[in-house]
Amino acid sequence: MQIFDLEDRGLRALNQTLHDQANDTNQTSWEIINPRGSHAIAVGLDAPIEVKIKGSTGYYCGGMNKQADILVEGSVGPGVAENMMSGTVVIEGDASQYAGATGRGGLLVIKGNASSRCGISMKGINIVVHGNIGHMSAFMAQSGNLVVLGDAGDALGDSLYEAQLFVRGTVKSLGADCVKKEMRAEHIALLQNLLDMAGADASPKEFTRYGSARQLYHFDIDNTGAY
Amino acid sequence: MDENKINKPRTMPIQSATFSGSVNAEIRRAAATGIYDIRGGGAKRKVPHFDDLLFLGASMSRYPLEGYREKCETSVILGTRHAKNPIELDIPITIAGMSFGALSGPAKEALGRGATMAGTSTTTGDGGMTEEERGHSEKLVYQYLPSRYGMNPDDLRRCDAIEVVVGQGAKPGGGGMLLGQKISDRVAKMRDLPTGIDQRSACRHPDWTGPDDLEIKILELREITNWEKPIYVKVGGARPYFDTTLAVKAGADVVVVDGMQGGTAATQDVFIEHVGQPTLACIRPAVQALQDLGMHREVQLVISGGIRTGADVAKALALGADAVSIGSAAMIALGDNDPRWEADYNALGTTAGAYDDWHEGNDPAGITTQDTKLMARFDPIDGGRRLRNYLKVMSLEAQTIARACGKNHVLNLEPEDLCALTIEAAAMARVPLSGTDWIPGREKF
Repeated sequence: MQIFDLEDRGLRALNQTLHDQANDTNQTSWEIINPRGSHAIAVGLDAPIEVKIKGSTGYYCGGMNKQADILVEGSVGPGVAENMMSGTVVIEGDASQYAGATGRGGLLVIKGNASSRCGISMKGINIVVHGNIGHMSAFMAQSGNLVVLGDAGDALGDSLYEAQLFVRGTVKSLGADCVKKEMRAEHIALLQNLLDMAGADASPKEFTRYGSARQLYHFDIDNTGAY
Repeated sequence: MDENKINKPRTMPIQSATFSGSVNAEIRRAAATGIYDIRGGGAKRKVPHFDDLLFLGASMSRYPLEGYREKCETSVILGTRHAKNPIELDIPITIAGMSFGALSGPAKEALGRGATMAGTSTTTGDGGMTEEERGHSEKLVYQYLPSRYGMNPDDLRRCDAIEVVVGQGAKPGGGGMLLGQKISDRVAKMRDLPTGIDQRSACRHPDWTGPDDLEIKILELREITNWEKPIYVKVGGARPYFDTTLAVKAGADVVVVDGMQGGTAATQDVFIEHVGQPTLACIRPAVQALQDLGMHREVQLVISGGIRTGADVAKALALGADAVSIGSAAMIALGDNDPRWEADYNALGTTAGAYDDWHEGNDPAGITTQDTKLMARFDPIDGGRRLRNYLKVMSLEAQTIARACGKNHVLNLEPEDLCALTIEAAAMARVPLSGTDWIPGREKF
């Protein structure tokens, strides 16, 4: 285990050190202490390493992550795991706005609640939120899966493309072109796998699936009321 | 017919200036189709522009440099503020961002070839980085756009600079729409969307709002790329003084200001013609902002929107820009709107020079299309050569003017080298009206 004191050595040294870890590094386990809400912690990683952050972080923690497994023992600011490509990012606490924004792969787990616009423009990432999510979540979400064990706020899945949304609790309102869909066997299997990976104790049968009605895929003057 | 009626004096039919033929045609088109006009390009209306400025040249108080003999440098370095690896360009003319999707792969390749031969950079666009342009562009600026189509850290690391796009001159405050006709399998895959659907590009970024957030976003991008890449911030010509100030505050190495003549692949005509300011009106406020911050020349300013000639380049530099960027002009150099395809333009209901329905994917020149048959009309090697030639000519023209003004570097041109032909241009460029010492809004008449 490598211990890195962020307060002592600074952000630039941290990210450079983590970037310097190649695929064959034997320093595969890192613990970052004293994060004190700093922004851009552990961004742009591209090696199969484990990074544990002992405390809460600011904006963009784990941004554009590839391969690495990042655990935050605290809460995170806006844009956690934005544009993540692969690997995992697990948040023990809550997440602010835009969690997993534009993520293209990997798994983001938020054990607390996520604020508004969770999964905005997601492009293949899987996001599992143990608590609730805020308004406008999965706005223009393109692909991937968003799983919510709690409730969803207003305008869930507005202008949704091909991402799939699974919500166990209530949905305050659906956004434009987002509709309730049938849970078929393949969805049950997919969801069970995601719940297992996220360490979530829930049954897929408790969830409702939402997806795109695909009515806004081509511009139509008669749809302008929906925009 | 009654002879009295024939000979009776009559009022001559008068067309309304307000309800002109083109206005009425647009009303009829809107009534028939129920959709606003979408088109490519920039503002077509006449606005004060570089043509309204003149260089004074050398005289008793200024002596010129000898053409072809005395050196006049054109090189420029962008990104000197924070980046470990600033971009060094041979000429102060760069190629603006144009997406793969809006443009074909071979057209992007040609832009890379031409820019590289001329010693300058080209820029990606909304849709990600293609191998064609990376492979053929020695210096490539990677746009970081609201849609984040194709965005990935590997391409961030293999680019030469990052351009955070806040807005563009054709549509400050607007997003984009790439219609389904141009969403081929390849375009769709790069954007993670189904083939053939209309693809909206968001108007604002998904994970930051405002200059305070942008400062943190720029920090993240710098950390991901180990502070190697210059970071540009591109804004549309909306509030150039404040936008430039805030971009500098957010940490930009380079500010790109794009006036309303700057083109787009597709947006509403009403947006192009009625939102944003002319390029000429944007330069001096942006320069003023940099000067007020003590950042002029430390943070470089790139101006775009309607740059066509070396004279335009020289005028933009004289007003304080460090470089310019061209998009529409580069496309014309490649062969866009070439009269050789006039019969095809006519078949589309238009004419060479006026064709702007780039979003429909039927470009006779094979540049703004994903149709393989049309694309085959365009040769990227020849296109690259044409662009190289055009860039070289623009540079020679700018050098010619700079020498005539006694400057041994084009960046030494200054507002004092200029006068304006119209009151409007004098006010915008903050140079005297020709034949007077009057700068409207600045000094007493």
